[in-house]
Amino acid sequence: MGEATIVTRNLTKRYGDFTAVDDLTLEVGRGEVFGLLGPNGAGKSTTILMLMGMTEPSGGSVRVCGLDPVRQPIGVKRHVGYLPEDVGFYDDLSGLDNLIYTARLNGLSEREARSRALRLMGRVGLAEETTKKAGKYSRGMRQRLGLADVLLRNPEVIILDEPTLGVDPSGIRDFLRLIVTLSREEGITVLFSSHHLHQVQQVCDRVGIFVKGHLLAQGDIASLASQLFPGSGLDEGREYGLEDIYHHYFEGGTVNENHTATQ
Amino acid sequence: MKITLQHNRYFSAAYWEEMWRRLISTLKREFTTFRSSGAAAGVFRTMVLKEMSDHFRSWRVVILMAIILLTCVGSLYTALSGIGDAVNPGSSEEEFFFLKLFTLSDGSLPPYFVFIGFLGPLLGISLGFDAINTEQNRGTLSRLLAQPIPRDYVINAKFAAALLVIALLFFLLSLLVIGAGLVALGIPPTPAEFLRILSFTLLSIVYVALWLNLSLYFSVRFRQPATSALSGIAVWLFFTVFYPLIANVLIKAAAPSPYATGRSVYLFERFRFLLMQVMPNELFSQATSTLLMPSVRSLGPLTMEQMEGAIPGSLPLGQSLLLVWPQLTGLIALTLICFILSYLAFMRREIRSR
Repeated sequence: MGEATIVTRNLTKRYGDFTAVDDLTLEVGRGEVFGLLGPNGAGKSTTILMLMGMTEPSGGSVRVCGLDPVRQPIGVKRHVGYLPEDVGFYDDLSGLDNLIYTARLNGLSEREARSRALRLMGRVGLAEETTKKAGKYSRGMRQRLGLADVLLRNPEVIILDEPTLGVDPSGIRDFLRLIVTLSREEGITVLFSSHHLHQVQQVCDRVGIFVKGHLLAQGDIASLASQLFPGSGLDEGREYGLEDIYHHYFEGGTVNENHTATQ
Repeated sequence: MKITLQHNRYFSAAYWEEMWRRLISTLKREFTTFRSSGAAAGVFRTMVLKEMSDHFRSWRVVILMAIILLTCVGSLYTALSGIGDAVNPGSSEEEFFFLKLFTLSDGSLPPYFVFIGFLGPLLGISLGFDAINTEQNRGTLSRLLAQPIPRDYVINAKFAAALLVIALLFFLLSLLVIGAGLVALGIPPTPAEFLRILSFTLLSIVYVALWLNLSLYFSVRFRQPATSALSGIAVWLFFTVFYPLIANVLIKAAAPSPYATGRSVYLFERFRFLLMQVMPNELFSQATSTLLMPSVRSLGPLTMEQMEGAIPGSLPLGQSLLLVWPQLTGLIALTLICFILSYLAFMRREIRSR
């Protein structure tokens, strides 16, 4: 797996009495696609905010690319691309201009910014839509533009927070494929947060299961079952998949695999 | 109570050495992050330019500019048409003929500087009320904050861009009035007049910046742009309409009888003056009228003793500035306080997507 890119030790975040993330210890290796799977409100987004240095942990420590996001948020942001859930763009600017602005914020010159933005828009399949206003983009196109936006700074790590919300199935498939290709070709570490079991299963090397601020288990999909059901007398001969785990933990009426229910 | 010195850590040299070391290392780290936030100046400039182009492209700013330009032209017209009657040779105001362009009115329209005092707050509020919350509602704020830029760049750029737009507009208007005056009257302003116009322009910018910062604060505080705009307008209405009403009630209640001693009449006048000074618009109008009318020699109550031996005449600019120094400091302080409020509120906010 190589050295770890993201390391958290006993990471905790409290809002008043409410503990959003409780004692999280996690390691994500370089070039790995790690899935953070959990229902809404499990603390996935809060964890991501702490990784980005956008909110301060109440306890524990974080290292991203060897940097502490609390002390060096700008350093972390230089190496990490973050695609927030339901990303927004300046509607009155074209997709290309939006990307150029981001590139300029990352310290690129006007010319470099333009050429890199054009190249990345081709990469995510928006070559035809460069001059279209971002306000006219469909949800799936916006999400792909978001990915291009994140790739502008040549990140070592990409953090995707629920990137497939509200995107149609074929759009999701393309998007996930893009992520896997990127990770394989450029060796980018990907942290993928989602409450969709199937998507996580499709793309992730390893998965962490996150419920109510606790990390229940982490590992590849095969090892998860043995971690979660050790000698529970369940069918020895049967291979347990993520689906069983998912049902076991989330299906208490807390999770709804529905697009509309998540908004 | 017995104090054991050797157990108190504040008295040990090692403690202070440690503290010193920590302070130095913190400063060093801050400095290096500051340096490495590097290309920084260019990035900040990019952000300000983008905000400014947003302003110039928005209908809101175009409409506001049109309104202000029209009122400016309107009051300039009334001033120019009435200026012939305003000349009375031999009076002390004769030498500041040019400033009349800003202060003169034939009664149909208020003079220019009163207009600015009235429309300025609206301009400030409308430039700032949706600065942060729209950015958040569109989902661009969390993307912006994920860029490798210091967080305060966002709010600083918003403020700087709006301030530049305001400055541009006011300098444009002042120069327009001067130019129109030159053409219509055929006499150039004296250096003293020019400096007075310049300080009036700067003062107007500070005044509008005050409202801009206030609305910037509301835009951080409230998620809905409508709420934030309404709060800004509410504060403005309070100070232009309701506060004077309340102040009047208080003043009436405190009015001394006609047989009161001179001292109590004096104290009452002081009280009335203080009560009025709370309003930022009052501060502004006192300061501008003093700057634009050199014959104004005092703002507060004066006793007969103070008036004795005074020769009516105009004050030099330095003295006028000295006269309104409290008002100027008050306005600048208020502006800074509003900015600090919005800055702190923004920096402490946790920004989640949408």
